[in-house]
Amino acid sequence: MTAAQRGTGQGTDAYKRFSELLPKEERENACSARVPKSQILTLPELRANPFQQRICHVFSTSETEDDSMSFEDFLDMLSVFSDSATSDIKSYYAFRIFDFDNDGILDRKDLEQLVNCLTGQGEGSRLSSTEMDQLIQNILEESDIDKDGSINLAEFQHVVSRSPDFASSFKIVL
Amino acid sequence: MGKKKKSTLQVILEDAGIEFDGEVETDTESEEDEAKDKKTNKQRLRETGRASTLQSKKQEKDKEEKEDKEEDESKEEDNGSQQNRASRRKNYQRKNRNGRKAREEGSQKKDRGKTAPNKDQKESENKEKKTTKRGKEGENKQKKGRKNSTSSASSNSSDEESLSEEELAMLKEQVEQKKKLISTMRNKPWRMAKKLSVLREAQDFVEKFEGALGKGKGKKLYAYKMMMAKKWVKFKRDFENFKTQCIPWEMKIKEVESHFGSSVASYFIFLRWMYGVNLVLFGLIFGLVIIPEVLMGMPYGSLPRKTVPRAEQATAMDFSVLWDFEGYIKYSALFYGYYNNQRTIGWLKYRLPMAYFMVGISVFGYSLMVVIRSMARNANESTADGDDNNFIFSWKMFTSWDYLIGNPETADNKFASITTSFKESIVDEQESNKDENIHLRRFLRVLANVLIICCLCGSGYLIYFVVKRSQTFSKMQNVGWYERNEVEIVMSLLGMFCPPLFETIAALENYHPRIGLKWQLGRIFALFLGNLYTFLLALMDDVNEKLAEEDVVKNITHWTLLGHHNSSAGNDSTVTPAPLDPADVPRGPCWETTVGIEFMRLTVSDILVTYITILVGDFIRACFVRFVNYCWCWDLEAGFPSYAEFDISGNVLGLVFNQGMIWMGSFYAPGLVGINVLRLLTSMYFQCWAVMSSNVPHARVFKASKSNNFYMGLLLLILFLSLLPVAYTIMSLPPSFDCGPFSGKKRMYDVIQETIELDFPLFVAKIFSYLANPGLIIPAILLMVLTIYYLNAVSKAYQRANAELKKKMQMQREEEKNKRNNKASTNPMLQDLEDLLTPSTKTESPPKQAEDKKIESPNGSSPARKPGRGEALAGSPRGSGRGAAFTPPSPVFVTQPRILGVRAPYPGQPRPWGHPLGPVPGRGRGQPCYPRAAR
Repeated sequence: MTAAQRGTGQGTDAYKRFSELLPKEERENACSARVPKSQILTLPELRANPFQQRICHVFSTSETEDDSMSFEDFLDMLSVFSDSATSDIKSYYAFRIFDFDNDGILDRKDLEQLVNCLTGQGEGSRLSSTEMDQLIQNILEESDIDKDGSINLAEFQHVVSRSPDFASSFKIVL
Repeated sequence: MGKKKKSTLQVILEDAGIEFDGEVETDTESEEDEAKDKKTNKQRLRETGRASTLQSKKQEKDKEEKEDKEEDESKEEDNGSQQNRASRRKNYQRKNRNGRKAREEGSQKKDRGKTAPNKDQKESENKEKKTTKRGKEGENKQKKGRKNSTSSASSNSSDEESLSEEELAMLKEQVEQKKKLISTMRNKPWRMAKKLSVLREAQDFVEKFEGALGKGKGKKLYAYKMMMAKKWVKFKRDFENFKTQCIPWEMKIKEVESHFGSSVASYFIFLRWMYGVNLVLFGLIFGLVIIPEVLMGMPYGSLPRKTVPRAEQATAMDFSVLWDFEGYIKYSALFYGYYNNQRTIGWLKYRLPMAYFMVGISVFGYSLMVVIRSMARNANESTADGDDNNFIFSWKMFTSWDYLIGNPETADNKFASITTSFKESIVDEQESNKDENIHLRRFLRVLANVLIICCLCGSGYLIYFVVKRSQTFSKMQNVGWYERNEVEIVMSLLGMFCPPLFETIAALENYHPRIGLKWQLGRIFALFLGNLYTFLLALMDDVNEKLAEEDVVKNITHWTLLGHHNSSAGNDSTVTPAPLDPADVPRGPCWETTVGIEFMRLTVSDILVTYITILVGDFIRACFVRFVNYCWCWDLEAGFPSYAEFDISGNVLGLVFNQGMIWMGSFYAPGLVGINVLRLLTSMYFQCWAVMSSNVPHARVFKASKSNNFYMGLLLLILFLSLLPVAYTIMSLPPSFDCGPFSGKKRMYDVIQETIELDFPLFVAKIFSYLANPGLIIPAILLMVLTIYYLNAVSKAYQRANAELKKKMQMQREEEKNKRNNKASTNPMLQDLEDLLTPSTKTESPPKQAEDKKIESPNGSSPARKPGRGEALAGSPRGSGRGAAFTPPSPVFVTQPRILGVRAPYPGQPRPWGHPLGPVPGRGRGQPCYPRAAR
């Protein structure tokens, strides 16, 4: 009886939710249409997420880089965030989401941005620069196994795969 | 649990008419399959081996063209196109069956395995070089075959008769492989479009050739079997979905969870679990005790124990009396006293006293079993958790965001809690280095504990005092409402004011919040427990008094009945004496019913206090804060009263404590479980509503995954503690002489002996008497103790082994840390993931493509690549360090050093790394944006 036991199980849910995001005239051909980023961000499941921009970016296959999503991208996202995705896949996508500059590693800048995302926008909740330095230093000490000043995918997965509640928190239920 | 819900993707695909199989298979299997394939290839080659080197070169060229075309796609795409090629190959094989197929197949093999494309390719090439020359016509035919490839797939199903055994076997393997692909599809990190296309192709292939395989041996049967299997899978999935939908309050809890995080939801899940347990208990008690009694037992008024005494009859229906569970309620099937000691009732000859006793025991048995099972399951789940403290900061960083949070308010709180936890752990880190003024802290902690023990003792004494007083009140007439309900009021007040007091005192101790929370839970638990036990002790005094009183009443009753008999007999000897009206018979105090009533009252007042607290403390407060805020001099929402938080620990403890009372009381008040079921049901809705309407999410969230077993532990403890008094009363107190199912017996458990003696044949009674012999019981207990000792020793040994392994892994990790270079890739999963980067990270796609080429092309032509790759595939991912590792990498054999150069300090150990660091250094090669590439 963990919190993991949840879910809708209705197959058409995803399709319904997706077509709701589309303007009315496009609903008929929802499979081929693309939903713009601004619409995706209105999903209640993503609205409060500090990584919403990154999630859109990572899952979008748009040619024009406007981070719009097709139905298949949408399904991709849901499948990664579903219960049945393996933690390998989840951690891989988590890495992509945290990799703000898309260069394949998490360096100090990425980590700093990540901390800022996690601590929110409020002035009071920001960490001071010494705290930030200390924090990033500690994280790198723990996770940067090859001591090159950044965390790569394998190091990231190594760390995350040991976390007890990564798989249960890295999920979205429609 | 994850199985319960199909992934959305899967369900969608299912809607599109596509089937998934839920199995997960490992990659090693497919490797084995490939090895098998290789063997068959070799055989065939030996049989009809002749192929020209010229031709092989040409083919190589073809291949390269093809690869160029497919470069933007990932390697695995070949798995999909393999189907085309398979059909092409078949077509071709039909036309000339002289051994060329072997080579063709070899080339195909190259594309097939995502794990080892290069190796297979090379192998096939080596074979081709050995073989002799071939004519040009074969080449032409092959080309033709390629052109036909798409169209031939449909036609070749008619020609299967010409397939030989070998081909059949091969085909079978392929089909198996496709099936495997279908089943493992879900674990592949591909884009949805690709998944769909590959899946469709694989399914087409399987569908096409599956029937062909079965042709020789009953195709129809095979097809039927396949169909049934499919249907079965679909049915199972539907059933799972149905089961998921049947879980009650799923949506409600989900809603709460999305607003308040998983910790609050854990309370509601606990509540739901509790409801389930209570429902079973309710079914047991109602189905086996209350309903038989109501249907088949003697009706109301037929016996003294089933009748309201004459003195009480006037007020028996007053609400104030009923509210105290006196009057008609006291003499109803809800309480122990109503039951008759008749051995069998009704035409069914239902043995009610026996059933009553057995149900009372099985309530505890079932509860114990279900709690232990749930704890064990939780423990199983939680042992998978890494409890090493290596990654405190990283975990906080990478896994602390709960993606289920969908509410901005909750998100704000989560931001705040993450920030505080960051700050806390930074402070911890700094403090762990310098621990100053330890004496002051120790002194404060001792002081706090002394204070809290004083509080506990005081509250215990207060309750004892009040219970004592209530006994004197109960003897007096005309006592007011307060005097009658003093015990309940005092206990509720204590429960309301002590926890905040403890919290204030606990601030002295300056514990880490999580440890502090555990202490807090423990102390409140002790308070409740102390209260409960003091209450019980007072009740025992009461019971003993009643027992003494009973002896007197027994004589009176006896003489009254006798006197009535005599008087009626003396008046007129011919007329049979009219029986004394049951309401007039003097009766004993029936301590069992008194105990039941006491628990019933306590439960009801607990329910009321809980609900009123929620209503006043949460709802009214929220209304006040919300609406008076417009005309108040300070900000009520942010300032003093603000909104209430959901008090998880208090609620959980309340629930646990309440359940303990149910367990204790249910033997003497069978109706108690019914009331509890109602309570849980209403509190589910009521609390869900209260949480959603008037609470704000927590600032401090405690981990739901860990604390769940903590709740269960508390529950188990209280179950055990509540078992003690019940067992004591059953085993050592004599039942009342004139009420309850065991009246007239010396002890309650005599009912079992009686049943054995009267209802079973003699030898069974003998067996039981042997079994009950201390000579047998003591060895049995001894055996159990020994077993426990042994199992304990075994588990200790496992733990030690675990710790050893952990230490080794730690050492390995250290070593790994020290070594900075040489990472090998053996995990295909990583490669899969790697390939995903290509289409999606648009900025770096050009270098990626070039690099893919680099990986593929040199390997294809260089035999030197083989050993490293082969070794990697053979399952021993890390060879021992060799000299080659330290030679500077040449531009051609770029991948060699990273494969050969890795040493495994403990070859037999599992790798400490989830995934070897393979492709990452490889990927960065030659690109400026990857700083690590130079190594």
